[in-house]
Amino acid sequence: MNAPDRIANPVRPAFDTTLREDSVIVSIGPSHPATHGTIQIFTELDGEKVVRADLHCGYLHRGFEKECEDHTWHNLIPYVDRLNYCSALINDFAYCDAVEQMMGVAITPRCKYLRTLLAEYSRLADHLTCVAASLMELGAMTAFLYLVMLRDWIYEHLADLTGARVTYTYGRIGGLARDLPDGWLARLDEILVKYEEFIGRVHGLMDRNRIFIERTRDVGVITAADAIDWGYSGPMLRSTGVARDLRKDTPYLAYAELDFEVPVGIKGDNYDRYYVRMREMDESVHMIRQLMAMLPDGPVSVDDRRCTLPEKRLVYTEIESLINHFKLIMEGPQVPAGEIYVAHESANGELGFYLVSTGGGTPWKVHVRAPSFVHMGGAHKMLEGYQLADIIPTFGSINMIGGECDR
Amino acid sequence: MIQDLVVYAVFIGYAIGVLMTFGLVLTWVERKQAAVMSDRIGANRAYLRIPFTNVKLVWWGLFHGLADGIKMILKEDFKPRTYDWYAYAVAPWVAFTPVLLVFAVIPFGGTLEPARLIPPLADWFGDRTYPMQIARLDAGLLIVFAFGGMTIIGAMLAGWSSSNKFSLLGALRAGSQMISYELVMGLTVLGLVLIYGTVDLGDIVKQQSGIILGILPAWGVFLQPFAATLFMAAAIAENKRIPFDLPEAESELIAGYFTEYSAMKMGLFMFAEFIEIAIIGALFTTLFLGGYNLPFMNDAGFVFPGNHVVELPYVLVFVIQLVTFLVKVFLMCSFQILVRWSLPRFRYDQVLRFAWKFMLPLALANLTVTAVAVWLLRSVNA
Repeated sequence: MNAPDRIANPVRPAFDTTLREDSVIVSIGPSHPATHGTIQIFTELDGEKVVRADLHCGYLHRGFEKECEDHTWHNLIPYVDRLNYCSALINDFAYCDAVEQMMGVAITPRCKYLRTLLAEYSRLADHLTCVAASLMELGAMTAFLYLVMLRDWIYEHLADLTGARVTYTYGRIGGLARDLPDGWLARLDEILVKYEEFIGRVHGLMDRNRIFIERTRDVGVITAADAIDWGYSGPMLRSTGVARDLRKDTPYLAYAELDFEVPVGIKGDNYDRYYVRMREMDESVHMIRQLMAMLPDGPVSVDDRRCTLPEKRLVYTEIESLINHFKLIMEGPQVPAGEIYVAHESANGELGFYLVSTGGGTPWKVHVRAPSFVHMGGAHKMLEGYQLADIIPTFGSINMIGGECDR
Repeated sequence: MIQDLVVYAVFIGYAIGVLMTFGLVLTWVERKQAAVMSDRIGANRAYLRIPFTNVKLVWWGLFHGLADGIKMILKEDFKPRTYDWYAYAVAPWVAFTPVLLVFAVIPFGGTLEPARLIPPLADWFGDRTYPMQIARLDAGLLIVFAFGGMTIIGAMLAGWSSSNKFSLLGALRAGSQMISYELVMGLTVLGLVLIYGTVDLGDIVKQQSGIILGILPAWGVFLQPFAATLFMAAAIAENKRIPFDLPEAESELIAGYFTEYSAMKMGLFMFAEFIEIAIIGALFTTLFLGGYNLPFMNDAGFVFPGNHVVELPYVLVFVIQLVTFLVKVFLMCSFQILVRWSLPRFRYDQVLRFAWKFMLPLALANLTVTAVAVWLLRSVNA
């Protein structure tokens, strides 16, 4: 291979010469089998020890924010699904909440409780994925399979409701796509019982396992001060001992009425992140059980012609509804001019939508404050000084989701 | 003379057949057992169809190993741009061959007396008897360690000649890890050598037919329970399987030292690993579990505690011994698979610390205690 023939690498790492003569630069990724999503980690290795690390995300960039400016407010829902594809429903609901606040639409009580329930259910699936992947990377295949099996039941269960396993497109501005099918809550009950059985097995396999503790305790440590400085949120921040949770601090949906705790860690290492996620799943299950009892009857979408489609029967029989339907589809819901920032506690942390409207059916600007992207900023701090073998579990515990990080 | 040749040809054929079968079947057992452990169904699709009929032999997917083998042979033999092509090509064989050779000194049955087993050939064989192992060497255990140690070279060569940084890291890990655990393994077995006073594996098995403390069979695992545990752990580390699989840690190093290998060259590494599972099972059985004998059994029959003697016909003893050995080896293989699917993986520095700061002192302590005990018992008896 001649040097002039090579295409210059567009990625410029922070370093391309080693600090010392006997260290070596190893590029892990962007298609390393163990990196979640496509991300490149340049590392300078002294034997097995990581001297310096430099993370490059952006390989999954697909122009989400720019693309949003050319679609109606409703058309964005499938796009926001693909941000954090492990818990797509939370994205849906956060986005819909932001648009509804701009329009001044108040959702129905059933919709409020249902959204809360589904958001917690999604958080469960997301944490299951993250914890399972981290365990698999440590070689604990059986624990991984227990958790993923559980996640698969949840996916199938959500597919019964929404028709899709991963990207649900279930939220609607002013409500939800459809009500629960018959027997959905009964199956939910069964899955929660299964959850307790399987999570107990994983606790038994891992929690006090000496190898697991040695691999995760005091590895990938980040202090509370550092985490706040880097703008961390969600389980990453809580694992350092800071009890910040938007569900408690700025309650939205039905969270103010629920009884739940905010688990925190003590050291901010991989073990704490594992345990905080495990505990949060228990809290989610606790909340889901409360919500199942609270769930009121009634419509799932508001009866507001500015955002909700008219009944199909009326569209076929009267001209006003036909025009209403046509306008909502072709021009989109009319959102008054203004800007808004709405943040929900997603599985990874603070998921914020900053929307600017100049009036009309399409947004003028959509910005997403994606927790994964913010976490990437300080991630090299958690890798430097540890071993090569620690990169993968630490990176796994950050739970970087390419879809929302690179957008 | 010609009779010896025939007998040893049969032995070698049997040994290779057993090892290859174990290698193939274990690839399936590993998947099936893992599936059972994690509530799944597991490999159950591959089947043989009897030609010209619609009869499919599925047998719970037992033929998956065969299908894998065919796939390995037919895949593209990828050749990386490497500066040391010769070392690259020879490495899989260096890793594979010694594993097979270890089996040469392991006794897989009692004494073969062809005249009594096959009466029509009695005249031709006369009163020749053969211990059932390929090479009856008085340095048996030393041969095991000599050949066992050679597999390091294969891993090192593979990693070094692949010209890939991940392979190189894997090779470094493999080298340091295997040397460390080789040492621990050797020290754990020394206790047994002191007790039995021999390194001849055939002799070691024969001595385990006795009775200790009035009720227990004189198995190594009862004489040296501590050493048995350490030996098993060191052997799994030697074979580079979880929790000691860092040389090929797939989540960090892709496939470690054999990242750049494909098709049957990679297959050889995998096959060597699976055969080594069987070899470890066989070694453990021989050293600690009474070898090919059932508890209290010897070549003539059973001697139960309280001196109850049950004599058995020769053919029955012969069959029991062959089957017992295979069953014990299989159970030990299954145990290794159980460990592999239960535990997470160590880190490089932890594995070395575990070897040098934990297992080595324990092995030395075990050896010291054993030596003192043996010396005391001998002085009391003398």
